[in-house]
Amino acid sequence: MLLIYCPYCEEERSELEFRHGGDAHIARPTNMADISDEEFQEFFFLRDNPKGLIFERWRHIHGCGRFFNAARDTVSDKFYMSYKAGEPKPDIPGVTTATEKTVETYEATEGTAK
Amino acid sequence: MSGANRIAGQGRLTPAKTARFTFDGKTIDALVGDTVASALLANGVHLVGRSFKYHRPRGILSAGPEEPNALIDVSRDAARRQPNVRAPVQEVFDGMKVESQNRFPSLAFDIGGINNLLSPFFAAGFYYKTFMWPKAAWEKVYEPFIRKAAGLGVSPTEEDPDHYANRYAHCDVLVAGAGVAGLSAALAAAEAGARVILVDEQPEVGGALHFDTSVKIDGQSGYDWAQATAAKLKAMENVTVLTRTTAFGYYNHNFVGLVERVTDHLPKPDKKLPRERLWQVRAKRVILATGSIERHMVFANNDRPGIMLASAARTYLNHFGVAVGRKVGVYTANDSAYEAAFDLKRAGVTIAAIVDNRDKPGDAVLTEARRLGIEVLTGHSVIDTKGKLRVSSMSVARNGGGSARSIAIDALLMSAGWTPSVHLFSQSRGKVAYDAATGRFLPGTYAQDCLSVGSCNGTDGLQATIEESLAAGELMARATGNEGGNKLELSGENAFEWTGGMAGAAEGAGIDTTVKAFVDFQNDVCAKDIRLAVREGMHSIEHIKRFTTNGMATDQGKLSNIHGLAIASEVLNREIPKIGLTTFRAPYTPVTFGALISHSRGDLFDPARKTPMHAWEEAHGAVFEDVGNWKRAWYYPRSGETMHDAVNRECRTVRNAAGLFDASTLGKIEVVGPDAAEFLNLMYTNAWDTLKPGRCRYGIMLREDGFVYDDGVVGRLAEDRFHVTTTTGGAPRVMNHMEDYLQTEFPHLKVWLTSTTEQWAVIAVQGPKAREILEPLVEGIDISNEAFPHMSVREGKICGVPTRLFRMSFTGEAGYEVNVPADYGQAIWEAIWARAEPLGACAYGTETMHVLRAEKGYIIVGQDTDGTVTPYDASLGWAVSKKKTDFVGIRGLKRPDLVKEGRKQLVGLLTKDPNVVLEEGAQIVADPNEPKPMKMLGHVTSSYWSENCGRSIAMALVAGGQARLGQTLYVPMPDRTIAVEVSEMVFVDKEGGRLNG
Amino acid sequence: MADQALRKAPLAGRHGGSSGARVTPADPATRLALRAGPDAIGTLSLAFGLELPQRPKTSASVSGRHALWLGPDEWLLIDENGADLMGIASGVSALHSATDVSHRNTAILVSGPDAAAAIAAACPLDLGKSVFPVGAAARTVLGKIEIVLLRTGEEDYRVECWRSFSSYAFGMLVEGAEDAGL
Repeated sequence: MLLIYCPYCEEERSELEFRHGGDAHIARPTNMADISDEEFQEFFFLRDNPKGLIFERWRHIHGCGRFFNAARDTVSDKFYMSYKAGEPKPDIPGVTTATEKTVETYEATEGTAK
Repeated sequence: MSGANRIAGQGRLTPAKTARFTFDGKTIDALVGDTVASALLANGVHLVGRSFKYHRPRGILSAGPEEPNALIDVSRDAARRQPNVRAPVQEVFDGMKVESQNRFPSLAFDIGGINNLLSPFFAAGFYYKTFMWPKAAWEKVYEPFIRKAAGLGVSPTEEDPDHYANRYAHCDVLVAGAGVAGLSAALAAAEAGARVILVDEQPEVGGALHFDTSVKIDGQSGYDWAQATAAKLKAMENVTVLTRTTAFGYYNHNFVGLVERVTDHLPKPDKKLPRERLWQVRAKRVILATGSIERHMVFANNDRPGIMLASAARTYLNHFGVAVGRKVGVYTANDSAYEAAFDLKRAGVTIAAIVDNRDKPGDAVLTEARRLGIEVLTGHSVIDTKGKLRVSSMSVARNGGGSARSIAIDALLMSAGWTPSVHLFSQSRGKVAYDAATGRFLPGTYAQDCLSVGSCNGTDGLQATIEESLAAGELMARATGNEGGNKLELSGENAFEWTGGMAGAAEGAGIDTTVKAFVDFQNDVCAKDIRLAVREGMHSIEHIKRFTTNGMATDQGKLSNIHGLAIASEVLNREIPKIGLTTFRAPYTPVTFGALISHSRGDLFDPARKTPMHAWEEAHGAVFEDVGNWKRAWYYPRSGETMHDAVNRECRTVRNAAGLFDASTLGKIEVVGPDAAEFLNLMYTNAWDTLKPGRCRYGIMLREDGFVYDDGVVGRLAEDRFHVTTTTGGAPRVMNHMEDYLQTEFPHLKVWLTSTTEQWAVIAVQGPKAREILEPLVEGIDISNEAFPHMSVREGKICGVPTRLFRMSFTGEAGYEVNVPADYGQAIWEAIWARAEPLGACAYGTETMHVLRAEKGYIIVGQDTDGTVTPYDASLGWAVSKKKTDFVGIRGLKRPDLVKEGRKQLVGLLTKDPNVVLEEGAQIVADPNEPKPMKMLGHVTSSYWSENCGRSIAMALVAGGQARLGQTLYVPMPDRTIAVEVSEMVFVDKEGGRLNG
Repeated sequence: MADQALRKAPLAGRHGGSSGARVTPADPATRLALRAGPDAIGTLSLAFGLELPQRPKTSASVSGRHALWLGPDEWLLIDENGADLMGIASGVSALHSATDVSHRNTAILVSGPDAAAAIAAACPLDLGKSVFPVGAAARTVLGKIEIVLLRTGEEDYRVECWRSFSSYAFGMLVEGAEDAGL
């Protein structure tokens, strides 16, 4: 069970108090009614599903109730940081979204099974 | 007497404290503090079970949780019975009943033993190869047979009468394992002021000090030091010491699961005590002091009862005072086994010989063996053993060939060295590294805030272990902000440092395919099976493991993994680290379902939500249905009525007189602030700025993709205050959906949301007599048709209690929904009922509510919609504002697929035979004679007998449904095909006049 | 005020716990879900007669009236004396939202030396003295439900939950209290 830092409560709390909210930094177009099918597809349907660094939304639903963003490694589940909703996407020093090659997969730690 | 093999003056148990239990019906005398294993050995019982696959006689191999052989069935009574208990872990208590497992008709004569003779047919992969065909036979023939013949104990059939507890705990430092390393680390951390939890799976702390009597710490015997240290720790306010507690799982972010066995050792436990207590610990830092586990030697027939780990024999002697034999052989590749021989020899046991696989054992142990007059055969191997139900001799030969010599023995101790227990480290996602010099996998790269100390970290030597552990304890305490205490020092001394160890098959494992040299005792995997797996093309350890099942039993290969790996390495001619170790998974040892469930059973399994009027409903005979976690009154049968009768009566009564319905479970959200209308404009398809205070409107909420998400009536109480209702099941998700948009997309809006679902009890009063019922009860609100028309809301009082009174209807009749603060719900319901009943009204439940709304074609989101339905599909296009430039779903609605012809649309269905009621979910086709697979046009979403219509009615999603009005379609069922006509969705009062009645 | 005789509390008649932790339904109270931006805090504090807390996990209490920080713009106000909190709020012109939740919530009091352990049977929050001192308050979970927890004394806690979950909460706390008292 994860331990998640809530930037509003300013401490780490149990995952039981949180709800995951999908990818962060996907802004709803202000001219929603006018965007093209392609733009809608990009906005609503397509996600990167990265291996490694991801910026994602959480809601401290059973705590302060706030939505916030977090940078997490999808392989190790390590949180690099959490920050308030509306703040810009931060740089995580020394960490980039990993490619297939650079990431040690969970399967790889299982041995050499292919 | 507590057993003929109990040696006076040996061990730590008190001879006067006796306990008595039965083993396969035979009474066994034991001492308090014995395990089942030590008590059986004290009484000369070595044969304890039959093996999983070959039904070979098996004895006690170990003195700890790694035990693969001695699995027993332990019971207090019929319901309190647990199979597959490890005999060296189970403490004895007076009156305990122990049965051996996997044997018939008796342990000594087991008919399944034939499997041993048939073993050439049971090679690795046998099941996969043999039971492939015919497929149908698997379920009926093969699986039941295999399950009966193979396997472990039998599950109890009665409900578990015990209860289990849970505790969340937080600490600075969690120390797993209370041997020398764990105690030292805990002491250092505790002295520094850290909040410490120290856990150990054994009844007392001490770990290896249970058997290693040569250790002295701070001038005391190691074991005494351990007990004194534990006592000191227990007395400290910042420390929790938990014994009989296994750290079974190491999860993300230093979350560690512990299971504390509270009553399994007590003869008559207090009923208040939980049988087990689950501890869910969040530790800022973790120190792993889990020690190491001795490996067995892999050689022919190494599984006979009486053959056991050397350290186990030492534990039985030094802790329990039990000699495991009278003439004992030793087969080792490691110095530690010598100390077992020395201790037994000093206790008067004959040591037949120490057979050392190595040419050069450690000098110190060799010298001591000679001094004690023990024959040591270096460079020799045990190549076979004999003895049917207990080992009777060992065949010893020089390595590399030569004639074998048979030595009579009644027990054989073995040691191939020590495997560091990196299970928890591995579960923490740490990566192990292979240390070629010592042939061990050790903690390599850490993934979490933890440290390993002592022998699980590959640290050899007592003083080195103490120093490393003290330093780690202090470091972890400091890292969590604890400043107290001084640097601790402890001095330890022991008789011998141990060297040596081997992995894989020893000389006596043979190379041919008939020799049974067991690698994995619990799953009956031999060295030959691993060789076969490699020959058959399994080159990954993960494949070898699954093909042979090596390490896949409940002991998770605590003894077998390293041997299996080494054998594969040899056959593949690749180094061990290139093959890799399999990942250890939680739990470290099996955990009961009871502990994992803990409090979540019976009434606490799930919250049962009851409305404020529940007691009245119950008293008036309501049958309840579950809607989410809510208990809702379903229908109110009178005596002699079936559900059908009751619902028909309720439906008639509401339309002819009136009915009372408990609508409290509907979700309610108070939307407050100057931008409330603007916010609702964005959340719903409708326009809200045009809604006047005191009026209501039916609203539809979409997801961004244009599909209907929820619906409900919204009342405007003031310019800046709305009372929003949602579906019963949708309340939490609608609240979250609205908060999401408010906080992250429209944070500039000055508006706040509060869930008020449970603030209000809601009494729907529906039917032509509704006004007559309410009028005299309501204060301060003119509820005449003119002053209070359909879709209005007012605040006032009813029976002296504040109310939000809605004029609205989900039945098609004139109706009201009386909202009162929840604690008043039942009293107000009773007051309304007192007026309603004499007027011929009834109470009605959710079933009648469903029928009445279907008669009017009102949809239920989630029943008539399924997440792929737009407002237009549901004939609700009128509720979508054409003027607004934005709302959630506005763009989704214009997607090509959502505007194309032929979409499934909600329509009414009337069966040609009015007495036939369709099944909800039934598929609809155009041509009943079309060959299969038929083209399905849609499905029935709602279907009821409508007493008011005198016939069945239904709603359905049908492709191009609106254009099919009047068409005949077909509903094929298994026994017949039902013809239906597509109709409008409104079946009663098409003009809607009754709403204003 | 309506006739109290009409009122039926969800946990009426329930009692339980152990010598280490008593579990008791609290008396009815008035409650307000209060929302406001930073500009209104001063005015609202004045009106309610206590300083609305602005730090996470804190509360303010004055003679039976409590204000619990639930979020950066959210407070739960509880008045054990039944004061008309909505009435007070309606007199404040500074921008805010006040919603009466007196009947939505009900409260359970857990008291005694083992009170924290009783709650820890189902609550993952760290209740250690230094991190959850007297006066600390937080919305969190208890088993499968949401609660608001307020530490009212060294050995005293107030557990607020929605009324239909109160039977579950009460049962869970009683089991926790029984185990903690062993």
